[in-house]
Amino acid sequence: MSVAWIWRLRLPNQPMLRHLTLAISGGALLFVLTTVLSSFNDYQVAQIGVYAVALAGLTLLTGANGQISLGNGAFMAVGAYGAGLLLAHTDVPIAVALLLAVAVGAVAGVVIGIPASRLRGPYLAGMTLALAVGLPSMVTKFSSVFGGDQGLSIAPPTPPNGVDPERWLAWIVLLCVVIVLVLLGNLMRSRFGRAFRAVRDDEVAASLVGISVARTQVLAFAVSAGCAGLAGGLFGLTIGGANPDAFNVQLSISLLAGVVLGGTGSLFGVWWGAVLLVYVPQWATSVAGTLNLQTGQSSNLALLFYGVVLVVVMLAAPGGLQGGIRRLTTLFVDKVRAGIQPSLPSTEGEHT
Amino acid sequence: MSRFLDLTLGGVTYGAIYAAVALALVLIWRATRILNFAQGAMAMFSTYIASSLVERHVSYWVALVVALASGALIGAVVERVVVRPVERRPPLNAVIVTLGLLVAIEALAGIIWGGSLRSFPSYFSQVGLVVGRTRLAFSHFDVYVVCAVIVVLLGFVILFRFTDVGLRMRASAFSPEVSRLLGVRVGRTLTLGWALASMVGALAGVLAAPKLFLGPNFMDAVFIYGFTAAVIGGLESPLGAVIGGIVTGLSLSYVGGYLGSSLDALGALVIVMIVLMVRPRGIFTPIAERRV
Repeated sequence: MSVAWIWRLRLPNQPMLRHLTLAISGGALLFVLTTVLSSFNDYQVAQIGVYAVALAGLTLLTGANGQISLGNGAFMAVGAYGAGLLLAHTDVPIAVALLLAVAVGAVAGVVIGIPASRLRGPYLAGMTLALAVGLPSMVTKFSSVFGGDQGLSIAPPTPPNGVDPERWLAWIVLLCVVIVLVLLGNLMRSRFGRAFRAVRDDEVAASLVGISVARTQVLAFAVSAGCAGLAGGLFGLTIGGANPDAFNVQLSISLLAGVVLGGTGSLFGVWWGAVLLVYVPQWATSVAGTLNLQTGQSSNLALLFYGVVLVVVMLAAPGGLQGGIRRLTTLFVDKVRAGIQPSLPSTEGEHT
Repeated sequence: MSRFLDLTLGGVTYGAIYAAVALALVLIWRATRILNFAQGAMAMFSTYIASSLVERHVSYWVALVVALASGALIGAVVERVVVRPVERRPPLNAVIVTLGLLVAIEALAGIIWGGSLRSFPSYFSQVGLVVGRTRLAFSHFDVYVVCAVIVVLLGFVILFRFTDVGLRMRASAFSPEVSRLLGVRVGRTLTLGWALASMVGALAGVLAAPKLFLGPNFMDAVFIYGFTAAVIGGLESPLGAVIGGIVTGLSLSYVGGYLGSSLDALGALVIVMIVLMVRPRGIFTPIAERRV
C-alpha cells in the first residue's frame, strides 16, 4: 500500500482555499514550464492562455447556464478594439487596458444579453450569429476610429530587462488565465453558479425557488462576454493588433468547438480546447504542406477538423474530453478507494 | 423618389431569395424542431456543383435540376446520418451539430473549389427593364427570381393542403407517436422533409449566386437574412416566411441604400432583436406558451 497515502491527500474543502491551492500550484508549474521552453513555445503558451480565457467564459455560459453564443468572437473584437484604442491614445499600463477590455466586453454582453434572455436555443444561436457576422462591418463603416480593414496596431508589452518578450507575454497571459479561472471557479461554486445551473436545468423550478431567470441569464452573458473581452485584449497583445478579419464567424464557431471538445461546462476542459485551437491550425498547415495543397487551404483544413469535431463529439461523446477523463478517473479512484478503505465516500467531480 | 423605387424593387428580389431560405428553415423547423444552421452551406455546395457543370458548357437548366437534386440528396443524407441521432437530445446538441456541418461543408467547398469568388450565369438578362422612359432596377432575371419563389410557395401550399404526402408530413410533425400508430412511416417522412427543404435551399443558392458571386462563404449573410425572415414569420408558417423574406429584403435594401451598405447584417440583427422583443414567437403565429 505504498501509493495509498496519495489518495488520502485531500484538497481543502473550502472552495476559495481549494481553488487558490490549485491555482498557485498550477501557476507555479506553468511558470517553471515557460522558463524552460523556447521563446516560440512561450508564444504558443500565450496563445493557449488567450483561448483558455475565451473558452472559460463560453463554457460558463453554455455549459453552466445552457445558453449558446456564437457572438463570443465578436465580444473578443470589442475587447481587442477597446484595449487597442486605449493603448493607442494614452499611455496607461497594460493592466488598465485589459480591465477596460473586460468592462467593454461585459457591457456589450449586457446589451446583447438582455434581448438574449428572452430567447431560447436556436433563436439565441441565430441572433448571436447575426452579431458575429454583423459586428466586423462596424469596423469598416467607422474606419476613421477603428482603422478599417487594416485594423489597429497594438504595441506588444515591453518586458523588464533580461526577460524574453515572448516569455513576458506568456506570463501576462497566464496570470490573467489563473485569475479568471479562480474567479470563475468560485463563481460556479457560489449561489450564482447554483442559480446558473438551476436555470439551465429547469426554468420553472428555478423561478419557483425565487431565482430571477432573466437576471441570471443576463449575468451569465455579461460574465462570459467580459471573459471574451479580456481574451480579445490579450489576443490583441499577442498578435500585435486588431483587425476585423481576425474576429470572423469562424473564430466564434471554433471557440464553440473548443468548448464542446473540452467538455461543455468544465473549467479544466478549457485547457484541452485551448490546446486544440492552437495546435490544430499548425497541424493543418503541415498536412496541407505534405498534401501539396494551395496556400490558404490550411485554414480550411483546420475548419473542416473543427466542424467534424463538433458533429462527432456531439454524436459520440457529448461530455467531451474532460467528461471522458472524469468518467475514467472516477472509475479508477473508486476502485482504488474500494480496495484500501471501503468506507471512504467517493468525491464529487470538481469544477462541474 | 426614383431612388426609393429602385431600392424597393431591389429589395423585392433579394427578399424573394431570403424567402426561399426562410421557407427551407421553416420546413425543417416544423418537421423536426431543429433550426438547420447548415442550410446556407448546403445550398452553397449545390450551387458549386451547378457552377462546375455550367463551366463544362452544360445548359443552365440541366445544371439547375442537378443542383436541386444534389440539394435534396445532401438534405436526406444529413438528416439520416447526423441529425437523426440528436433529434431526441437537448436542442443545444442539434444546434451544435448543424453548426459543425456549416463549418465543415464550407471548409470542404474551399478545399475542393478554392476560396476565390467566381461568377455564376444568370441565364436571363440582368439589365433593368424599361417602362415608359425610365430604366427600372428590375431585370428579367429579377422577374425570374420572384416567379420561381412564388412557384415554390404555391407548390408547398398544394403539397401540404391537397396531397397525401403533405398530410403525412403535417401529421408526423404534429404528433409523431400518433402518426406512427396510424401507420405513417415517420422516419421516412422526416427525411423527405429535409430533402425538400434542402432543395428549396439549393434553389435559393442558384438564384443568389449571380447577384452575389459564388464563394465558400457567400451564403453566410443570405442565411442570416433568411433566418431573420423566418423569425419575422414565426418559424411556423410558410406564408409568414415569404412575407418575412420580403419585409427583410425591403428593410435591408433601405438600410443599405440610405445608411451605408456595410450595415446590412447589423440591420438584420436589429430587426431580429426588435421582432423577438415584441413578439417572441414571430408575427404570423398565434401566441403559444413556451414548452418547458
